[in-house]
Amino acid sequence: MRSSSAAAAPAKRRAPARVLPGFKITLGYTLMYLCLIVLIPLSALVFKTFTLTWDQFWAAVTGPRVMASYRLTFGASLIAALVNVVFGLLVAWVLVRYQFFGKKVVDALVDLPFALPTAVAGISLTALLAGNGWVGQYLEPMGIQLAFNPNGIVIALIFIGLPFVVRTVQPVLEDAEKELEEAATCLGASRWQTFTRVIFPSIAPALLTGFAMAFARGMGEYGSVIFIAGNMPMISEITPLIIIGKLEQYDYAGATAVATVMLVISFTLLLVINGLQTWQRRHSGAPV
Amino acid sequence: MSSPIIRRAEAGTTEAAWVRYTLIGITLVFLFLFLVLPLAAVFAEAMRKGFDAYCEALKEPDAWSAICLTLITALIAVPLNLVFGVAAAWCIAKYEFKGKSVLTTLVDLPFSVSPVVAGLVYVLMFGAQGWFGPWLQEHDVKVIFAVPGIVLATVFVTFPFIARELIPLMQAQGNEEEQAAIVLGATGWQTFWYVTLPNIKWGLIYGVILCNARAMGEFGAVSVVSGHIRGQTNTMPLHVEILYNEYQSVAAFAVASLLALLALVTLVIKSVAEWRHEREMKAIGNLPPENIKAAPLDLSLKAAS
Repeated sequence: MRSSSAAAAPAKRRAPARVLPGFKITLGYTLMYLCLIVLIPLSALVFKTFTLTWDQFWAAVTGPRVMASYRLTFGASLIAALVNVVFGLLVAWVLVRYQFFGKKVVDALVDLPFALPTAVAGISLTALLAGNGWVGQYLEPMGIQLAFNPNGIVIALIFIGLPFVVRTVQPVLEDAEKELEEAATCLGASRWQTFTRVIFPSIAPALLTGFAMAFARGMGEYGSVIFIAGNMPMISEITPLIIIGKLEQYDYAGATAVATVMLVISFTLLLVINGLQTWQRRHSGAPV
Repeated sequence: MSSPIIRRAEAGTTEAAWVRYTLIGITLVFLFLFLVLPLAAVFAEAMRKGFDAYCEALKEPDAWSAICLTLITALIAVPLNLVFGVAAAWCIAKYEFKGKSVLTTLVDLPFSVSPVVAGLVYVLMFGAQGWFGPWLQEHDVKVIFAVPGIVLATVFVTFPFIARELIPLMQAQGNEEEQAAIVLGATGWQTFWYVTLPNIKWGLIYGVILCNARAMGEFGAVSVVSGHIRGQTNTMPLHVEILYNEYQSVAAFAVASLLALLALVTLVIKSVAEWRHEREMKAIGNLPPENIKAAPLDLSLKAAS
């Protein structure tokens, strides 16, 4: 296995690769496990889709309820990711640049959405925002309904996506060179100009990566959303719920077709995120 | 200590005091509303009818069997992904080979697949109408709507956690120390155990607890394959859903509070691991001799998409 690749690029091959043992066994195990757990099951989805005729497939993925769910899932994820870009940048900025009491606790707490099971987040946000909840009881008299409609979905997705933006921007801000800002100040830039012309361009790739990650996560999110969404067909029914609904009616073909669409979307987003990360590394001058 | 000139330069790289306090204020209010309140609500709702009702809800046999099933699932899924994570990180971080970036992307793939789709693919493999369905029925093996299906779905969604944590860490540390060990006559296993493992232990611990938190809390994928049979195939998050839909709010939040505690413990261990790693790196940095590259432990979870 080594000889063929070594022949292809003899100059590039570094000596270290030969010294350490265990290449074949770890690579072999990695590939086998990857195939068994991920690739073969996902290929089952693709093969099942190919058993449908094109018309069946098209009818399943473009039904009015399904189309409404795409619009909702896409729109809610987009709004939530945009909100997270603004507040994620703010949180990262405050955590990196300022000192205040309890900063370490706040920093640790930002990861809560990663650690808290989505179902727990879902019922707790619902309890907060429902008409009799801690927050909902003050909003309802004002005519603001946040639970059991698309607003609730956006709130849940903001919760889920926040750490993605904060944790991608934070390390870049930490590594940013203060000398550049000092130079900008010396050259007469105001603080706002320094931010928009010097700091922002250097963190923009990271911000975009965080946005894409939060968006991708929002598109697939299920657990936290279904409790707060109300799940009314055409109005607040997300795409993953459509798949579950079709499964419960034993419509395996329909469920598979919609799932394939989602798989293609998530694969595309994965490639976009990978591309963004490469750009970000190149942007910061590190080797790709 | 700082001369007026330096002080003026510092003033140029930070904001006016009122801007600072406003930004800190907005941040704290935002995080309070979106993170602290939901967390507090879980415990408040669980205690709504007093501590006795809370304990009663947790003593339910169905709740107990859900807790046991969740623990069993995590006990199988986490070690499997631990072995995979170490193997994958070793071959990706320590060697150069063709198709490495493709492999790295594929390792990430389960993160970007919707949990519902993850559950569905196992139904298509092992369900009654799936590839292996007829064979499994002949041999009277149940995978879907049974424990094996739950474990498989959990393994899928937690697949990349440990590998994602270890790959950047091991890449940053390079191969020099391992090469030295091999040249000095250590076996491959000794090299891993005495040289690599101490270097990556905090990242490893962090990956494991994160993987564990997700394994215990997974909802979407498990919900598709479990069949929701009370007392048999209900994990804790599924049990929370059933109780909640039956309007047993206190019982639902009582079980949820255990999961929230798990999340808090995860955050504490994560922070401790991060601080310990930083301190060790500082201690190494204070040593006078060779030029040791301090590898930053990237606990930023940014891979978790």
